[in-house]
Amino acid sequence: MRRLITLLQRELSAFYYSPIAYVVLFFFLVLNGLSFWFAIAVLNRAPSENTVVQVFFNSAFFWMAYLLVFPVITMRSFSEEFKLGTIETLMTAPVRDWEVVASKFLACLIFYLSLWLPSLLYFLIFGWFGNRSALGSSGQLLAPYILLLMMGMFNVALGCLASSFTSNQIVAAMISLVLTIGIFFLTLINYVVNSSSPLLREITSYVAQLDHMDSFSRGVIDSRVFVFYPSMTFLLLVITYQVFQYRRWRA
Amino acid sequence: MIKVERLTKKYAGVTAISNLSFEVAKGEIVGFLGPNGAGKSTTMRILSSFLPATSGFASIASYDVFKESLKARAHLGYLPENVPLYGDMRVGEYLRYRGSLKGLHGKRLHRRVDTVKELCSIKEVENRLIANLSKGYRQRVGLAEALIHEPDLLILDEPTSGLDPNQIRQVRELIKSLGERHTILLSTHILSEVEMTCTRVIIINRGQIEASDTPENLVGQIRTSGTIRLEATTGTDDPGSWIEKIPGVKSVTTSEEEGWRRCSIRVEAESDPREAIYRLAVDRGWVVRELAQERATLEDAFVELTHKDN
Repeated sequence: MRRLITLLQRELSAFYYSPIAYVVLFFFLVLNGLSFWFAIAVLNRAPSENTVVQVFFNSAFFWMAYLLVFPVITMRSFSEEFKLGTIETLMTAPVRDWEVVASKFLACLIFYLSLWLPSLLYFLIFGWFGNRSALGSSGQLLAPYILLLMMGMFNVALGCLASSFTSNQIVAAMISLVLTIGIFFLTLINYVVNSSSPLLREITSYVAQLDHMDSFSRGVIDSRVFVFYPSMTFLLLVITYQVFQYRRWRA
Repeated sequence: MIKVERLTKKYAGVTAISNLSFEVAKGEIVGFLGPNGAGKSTTMRILSSFLPATSGFASIASYDVFKESLKARAHLGYLPENVPLYGDMRVGEYLRYRGSLKGLHGKRLHRRVDTVKELCSIKEVENRLIANLSKGYRQRVGLAEALIHEPDLLILDEPTSGLDPNQIRQVRELIKSLGERHTILLSTHILSEVEMTCTRVIIINRGQIEASDTPENLVGQIRTSGTIRLEATTGTDDPGSWIEKIPGVKSVTTSEEEGWRRCSIRVEAESDPREAIYRLAVDRGWVVRELAQERATLEDAFVELTHKDN
């Protein structure tokens, strides 16, 4: 356990010591700010039944920030170690392979979650000065964040897997971007395939992140999310572990 | 301390090492020599549990490096070739990180970090970013890292490559002093280094052991190419024709420079006709400025053992 914490500390400090973290944070905040400004502008224009939380979490700015951030966060996790050769010092220290995989995944996830913290502040300030009823209940505010954690762990694990494939960060980022966006738009297949079967609809509904967010931001919690995303995350991490071991033994 | 039995490693059909067997006892400093691509790094990587072997057995401190890898690694300090380090960390921070990864904490970690910084003389750079360090400092940071948990065994893959002569001397002195408390297996291309630091040499070529002995014995084995050097003024005499009459001399080549005759005398193995040459010179009235036997070096042994069929 102590080793895992040591590894996690190192991974986290690698994030926060690098300038990339702050560049990511900056652009992420810009997009979030735009999304919030957009939400207020929409609500000011005409009377609406939507809360500011709903509009914020369903805007295009929000989804852009959400989708682009995963490749950037995860691209260096494994590829950097292979490229620098530090994988050799790391794996000849008395650490287990799964501890390395877990620490890298957790560090990315923690960094990802920390990116959302400032947006909470927006809502708090809005609740202070704005219209309480336009904010909705506190449960309705919490639900999207719980969903962000669930969907986030899945996408972070996907990015870690992509990073374990290659020693090149850019290649890792491209793979991760394609996978993330590909899965995000998977539900569109229902519109393309003419005689879309109920089964296909059923399957794609599990990864229909737009639909999930739509219901969560209304405060409607779908329990499938709590089973599907954690179990898929676990599966992806097991595959990452296998790929990591394979690459290190082939090195 | 190290036990290797019939170790074989194949990469995609290419055999890197085949049927390697050797042992290193506690307290030895063993030099691991061989041309590039002979399988030195592969062997070291298997010993450090970084690579699995295709077949065979290897153990460190009587722990199987594959089955009880974690325990084996706890007894090992490993310095890989090219010294991979995290450029974004500071020296002190890196040592603390590695120390705690290897199970040190609290006061002991603090003490060990101080000790290795002192030992490897990197105290003056402890707050510098590793990315900004010179090669010599990087090498010493790597060495400090390998030492931090007081391992019984040190495996050093080319610890002096890329250093300048002063740094090489410092690292060599350091290794020598470490040898008092640790067992060391090191690979290098610099043969004089092995002669100065190692108690035993293992020469491998094409994945197989060619020789394993003390440096002195290895050099002793190759007296075949014994040569004697003579530099003298011989007046009108042709020294070659006189010296060739001495028993044991195979051939003489002579050159002349500013009135001094310089002879290179090849002699048969196990024979040393220097006394006879001296008497000849006295008899003929030659003025001798130099009479010396050229010693075979470890380099000769290395070349002879690894160059045979290339």
